[in-house]
This record gives sequence, C-alpha cells and structure tokens, in this order.
Amino acid sequence: MSASLAERARDGDRRALARLLTEVENRTAAGEAALKILYPVAGRAHLVGVTGAPGSGKSTLVAALTGEARKAGRTVAVIAIDPSSPITGGAILGDRVRMQIHATDDDVFIRSMASRGHSGGLAASTVAAAAVMDASGFGLIFIETVGTGQSEVEVAAIADTTVVVQSPEMGDEVQAIKAGLLEVADIVVVNKSDRPGADRAAAQLRAMLTVGASADRAAGDRPRPKRPDVMLCSALTGKGVPELLAALDRREAARSTAGAGARDAAALKRAEAQISGILSQRVAAGLADPARAAARDATLAAVAAHEIDPFTAADRLLALLGRRGEG
Amino acid sequence: MSDATARPIKVLIAKPGLDGHDRGAKVLARGLRDEGFEVIYTGLRQTPEMVVSAALQEDVDVVGLSILSGAHMTLLPKICAGLREKGMDDVLVTAGGIIPDDDIAALEQAGVSRVFGPGTTIREVADFIRTSVKRREV
Repeated sequence: MSASLAERARDGDRRALARLLTEVENRTAAGEAALKILYPVAGRAHLVGVTGAPGSGKSTLVAALTGEARKAGRTVAVIAIDPSSPITGGAILGDRVRMQIHATDDDVFIRSMASRGHSGGLAASTVAAAAVMDASGFGLIFIETVGTGQSEVEVAAIADTTVVVQSPEMGDEVQAIKAGLLEVADIVVVNKSDRPGADRAAAQLRAMLTVGASADRAAGDRPRPKRPDVMLCSALTGKGVPELLAALDRREAARSTAGAGARDAAALKRAEAQISGILSQRVAAGLADPARAAARDATLAAVAAHEIDPFTAADRLLALLGRRGEG
Repeated sequence: MSDATARPIKVLIAKPGLDGHDRGAKVLARGLRDEGFEVIYTGLRQTPEMVVSAALQEDVDVVGLSILSGAHMTLLPKICAGLREKGMDDVLVTAGGIIPDDDIAALEQAGVSRVFGPGTTIREVADFIRTSVKRREV
C-alpha cells in the first residue's frame, strides 16, 4: 500500500501526495518505506528557505514568488511551518491565508506543518516532506519557517538557498551586525518596500553585511559568514518580486554549475542535518519504549535527586539503548 | 510518537462565501488549538473549490465551515460533493454560523455531520470532533 502511495504521488496524484506527507510527518513505518522509494528520485528541485520575524511578510512573499513562477509555467510546492503550542500540542496554521489565491492551481501544492516541539524554525520531518515533493516533480519548493528571532538558522542547513525577510522597522545597524540569522542568508529581502524607511533599512543592511570582503580573502580556510545580496521588495504590490525570483534562479544556476566539491559540501551538510535529526528522534523513541521505562525513570530520578550528574545519566541511557528490552 | 492516536487531529476552518464575519471562525480556531488540535485557517471568501483543494492538500481529518451569509444551502452541499468527488468521504464536515433549524436536515443529508448554532461551546465542538473523527488506516 505504501509503495503504491509513493508511486502514485510520484506520478502526480495529489491526493496520494497529501496522504504520503501525513505518513512522513507522523514518522510512520509506511512513510519511511515510501521515502526509500522516493529519496533516490529526489534532489532535482531548488529548495528555497524563507525565514524571518513573525509578521515580516514571509507568507505573502512566498505567495507572490509562487505567482511569478507560475507565469513561467513552473510547478511550485510550499511547506509552511507554524509553531505548536508547548502546552496543549495544538497549533494554528495560518500561512495558507496569504496563499489561497493558488489553492485551486493543480501545479501549486501548499502544505502546512506544525513544528510539534521541534525547535530551530522547522518541523522534524520538513526535509523528508520536501524530498517527497521533490520526487513528485515540483521544481521549486519554498520552505517557510515559523516566525523566527535571531538564531533559528536550521533552515540554512537544509535549503539550497536561504532568504531572510526583514521589515523596514528592523532596527538600526547594530541589529545588522549581530551574529545569527543574517549570517546564513544568501539573500536578505527588505519587504514592505512600499513603507517609509525601507530604502534606509536596505542601505544599512548593505553597508553592514557586505563589509569584510577583503578580510574573507585574508581568512584562508577559516569559516566566514556569507555575504548576502540585499534586495528591496513589496510582496503586497509585487514590486521587486520578479527581480527576487530572478536572483533565486541565478543562485540555483550558479549552484548547479559550481564545482562538484561545492555541491557535495552542501549536500553533505544537508545529509548531516537530516540524519542527526532522525538520530535524536530514534533515541527519543528508543527511550520511550516501555521495556526501558524502569531503567530510564530511575536514571532521571537519580539526576533529579542530584545523585548522579546529567552527563553520566546520558551515557547510561545511551548504553541502555544498545541493549534490547532489558528494562 | 509512533502511536497513531497520539498525533494531533487536523482541522481545516474555512469561511465559504461572501460574508466578512470571521470572528466566530477565529475564536473557534483558537479554541480548538487550545484543545490540542492542529488548525489550518484559510481565511475569508473561499469558494467551494478552494476549500476542497485546501482540505486535500492538507490531508485534514475535519473540515469546519463557518457561514453567516445565508448561502449555506448552496455552498455547503457543493463542498461535501467536492470532497466526495476527490475521494475524501472519510473527512468529517461540520458547520456553524447562522443556519436555520429547518435547513439542518437537508444539510445533514448532503453530508454535513453536525451543524453547530450560536451558543455552542468550544468544548462541545471539540468533543464531537474527537468522538466522530475517523482516524484513517494506511
């Protein structure tokens, strides 16, 4: 059944794709089995991460970029992530509100995901969901993070190109030189350019983010932050949107003509991000196993009572995972 | 996490038609969030096709329709038929807003499982969803 779901999704059945995304999101055995079939076919799409503060206009911008890409007949998929409540587990997934204009377009597929306790701005199965969309033939995939603050940089590890959206009221130059989100941007978009102050914000960002090119050359092998393009855009009026899509396409073209070394480095980084996420999930699932409950609870209690330190406890729990059902 | 019953129920809250009164839909969305549901909110002025398409792409368990314009006898059966046509007969459809009692039987006939009127509590809606939703096997 799962195999046929994967095949049907790959062959363009949107209902099958939607069902499969649920399996993948819920990390079921059926979802994992389908990924075995689909992962080898994925890897062709351009994955664009879109991140930025709540209310900066990420969803509206994704909708505008989608509209622009559709003018050229390209297929577009969107994964829009919103936060889950840490208290009830519930969520309001409201990004579709800005994108409903594309709802009935068969070549646009929009899927909302709740973060379900995953920190970093994504959901735990976002990369797998993107791979399923990729294998289903979508050439351009937007991954819209939860509204982020300064340090949710995970999207940069899994996207080919990362867009950080800012609004004109982002603050002064000191905000632009802080470490974190802005460092991982390939493109910084000052959205809402129809509002006052946008030009000034863009100029400040340019001045602060593009300094240090000569230091880059001197740095040799030391890791350096990226030097992002800074672009002005109004997702609302559409101004700057064609230019932004063109900039994304240039990035993608440069990426695919870059040396195999650069491509492999990015692919390895993404593989590492995915696998480490799956590893932690497997560890958590392993520890949740009732067969290990007694030993796990005893270890937690020992840390709570300050009898052992948390590092020793973690080592003990890892050792416990190596054994099967010894409680 | 592998336990199928542990995953949140997904609900689409949509406002079909042309009335702009979305306070009720938003309050319900917020209330269902607090009940632990994942609520996809699509906003105002949705055509039946948009609602069906959103339900399909999001693979929701429940579609909740809020309508105060009086067009419920036209729009709600269209949405139910659209869902069936796309193979989503297992999706629970509920409605709320201003719907006269006399219309309820016909709407139920068309595929709406329950019509909630003014004065309904969030808890009633949540309980109805929890007991009525079909958790799908794969």
